[in-house]
Amino acid sequence: MAPVLETKGLVKQFGGIVATNDVTLSVEKGARHALIGPNGAGKTTIINMLTGVLRPTAGTILLEGRDITGLEPHKRVQLGIARTFQINQLFADLTPIETIGLAVSERMQLGRQWWRLVGSKSIVIDESVEILDRFNLADVMDERTATLPYGKQRLLEIALAIACRPNVLLLDEPAAGVPEAERHGILDAVAALPRDVTVLLIEHDMDIVFSFADRISVLVNGALFVDGPPEEVAQDPRVKAVYLGEEAHDA
Amino acid sequence: MSVTSSPPPKPLVAQAASDLASRARWKPLEIVFWLAVLGSIFLLPSKHLILTEIAILGLFALSLDLILGYAGIVSLGHAAFFGFGAYAAGILAKYGIIKEPVLAMLASGLLAAALGFVTSFLVLRGSDLTRLMVTLGVALVLREIANQLDITGGADGLQGIEMQPIFGHFGFDIFGKTAYVYSLVTLFVLFLIARRIVNSPFGLSLRSVRGNPLRASAIGIHVNGRLVAVYTIAAAYAGIAGALLTQSTQFASLSVLDFERSADVMLMLIIGGTGYLYGGMIGAVLFKLVQDYLANVNPQYWQFWLGLGLVMMIMFGRVYGAVIATVIFAICMLTNLPFMQQIVFTIVVVAVLGLARAEILRFTSAITERAVAAQRQLKARFTRKTEGS
Repeated sequence: MAPVLETKGLVKQFGGIVATNDVTLSVEKGARHALIGPNGAGKTTIINMLTGVLRPTAGTILLEGRDITGLEPHKRVQLGIARTFQINQLFADLTPIETIGLAVSERMQLGRQWWRLVGSKSIVIDESVEILDRFNLADVMDERTATLPYGKQRLLEIALAIACRPNVLLLDEPAAGVPEAERHGILDAVAALPRDVTVLLIEHDMDIVFSFADRISVLVNGALFVDGPPEEVAQDPRVKAVYLGEEAHDA
Repeated sequence: MSVTSSPPPKPLVAQAASDLASRARWKPLEIVFWLAVLGSIFLLPSKHLILTEIAILGLFALSLDLILGYAGIVSLGHAAFFGFGAYAAGILAKYGIIKEPVLAMLASGLLAAALGFVTSFLVLRGSDLTRLMVTLGVALVLREIANQLDITGGADGLQGIEMQPIFGHFGFDIFGKTAYVYSLVTLFVLFLIARRIVNSPFGLSLRSVRGNPLRASAIGIHVNGRLVAVYTIAAAYAGIAGALLTQSTQFASLSVLDFERSADVMLMLIIGGTGYLYGGMIGAVLFKLVQDYLANVNPQYWQFWLGLGLVMMIMFGRVYGAVIATVIFAICMLTNLPFMQQIVFTIVVVAVLGLARAEILRFTSAITERAVAAQRQLKARFTRKTEGS
């Protein structure tokens, strides 16, 4: 299988701190790839570089073989990389139907049209409603996003990334902060993502990681520590040490 | 939850279409507003001069609303475009470059748009504070240029402008009726276009940029491109407002580029409220009427009362603040205190209100809640009645 997304010698320094240290990572097409590591390992920094929010200090990022290291964030979305955020980044004043409709119309290159009213293209509405329905958001589609329960907002966070119809989806801790009762809704949504979408998942929760991922990369102190299939990573004594150490510390 | 995407149920799609279109639907109050505007032409013939000024300021504030209310760009130098359009219209008319007023107005708008496009790149970067400084700076630079140049008339202003009849037909009269109708028609047409813009996919993307630029770019929106576009459009609107002022007064002075003009338009918009297009126009009416009234009653100190009103509105909300300020003002006027004692009295009252702010806010929000509940009840009863009949 060919890699869809690759990094080569990726480095990010903030002043004297090395947040990402020479990371060479390869995500296969259609993979369910998890990026794990203790707090402060630099996982979100890598997502931010992959999506263009941060510029790497050194190294390259390739999407289907094409160098996208210097590309602006919105161009990468148009090339098929979408992401969700660890902390919800939604449009508080818009409703879910407006939010998803916006993303769909932007993807169809209709977003600059100023002479047409919102909601006058049935192709946009059909797809938006289909997505909202799929993510169990149809019942709240005309409510202000800011007033939605947290679990619904979390679903909208994922639905919004899906509305960009990505080839590669970067999920930054999708279940973070979701109350236990609403958790399975999120996990079902993640599990039901179309197989042709390549997923790179950042996650703390090992249950989610091992139930979902077919490949796991472990990041420690900004550097790639272990990279392999789940059973291999689970057996790795170094990983155990890192996580046991952290767990012991947490307790 | 299914993996395969099945077509969504029809009623949902219909509801979604209706939800999306709801913002663009004309509300009864909007129609009342424009009927009142239309009525003012016939009912207030003696007030056409000040009404023309209000219409122009309303258009200017509408222009600021496009960038502040819809794209979240703060500006303390929006007079740059107003003034640029004002001088452009004056120069076009004075030197006979474009004689027909409507064409000259549109040309002035285009010139202001060009200036807006060029300077928009300065407001792309940085925080609100840097934007305030940059916009302020641009306006100051322009004002000094207008002060130094010969073609603008420098400190004397641009005099000797003679306006040709509109479309070669409707001459400007001394009562200002033509100027008023001309300004209103322009305001209404530009309002309709703005209404279309803010309810379009482009307008929706602006609201998303205002709400969360990080996420907007993460769904593929070129945030800077949208900001440049709306800044350019708003500059055209402000330029047309400036052109209308020159054409209706047949004069342009440095005051069109004053800092005070930028500050006043910001006040008008904030008084009327941002992000619904009517705020600027309502704010312009209130601002101008209050200014006019206070300047008549209390010519030396009118700004004192305006300032008090603003402070109260920030402390207690728009409506209650205005009421409190009006009560203080009324007490001072009725008791006929000398000005120094008015100041002392006002400061004492404001201090007491400030200390009791939490209690007052609790009280006012209780009133608001009751009012909202009463309104809802009334509405429910009304709909039940109409259903029954």
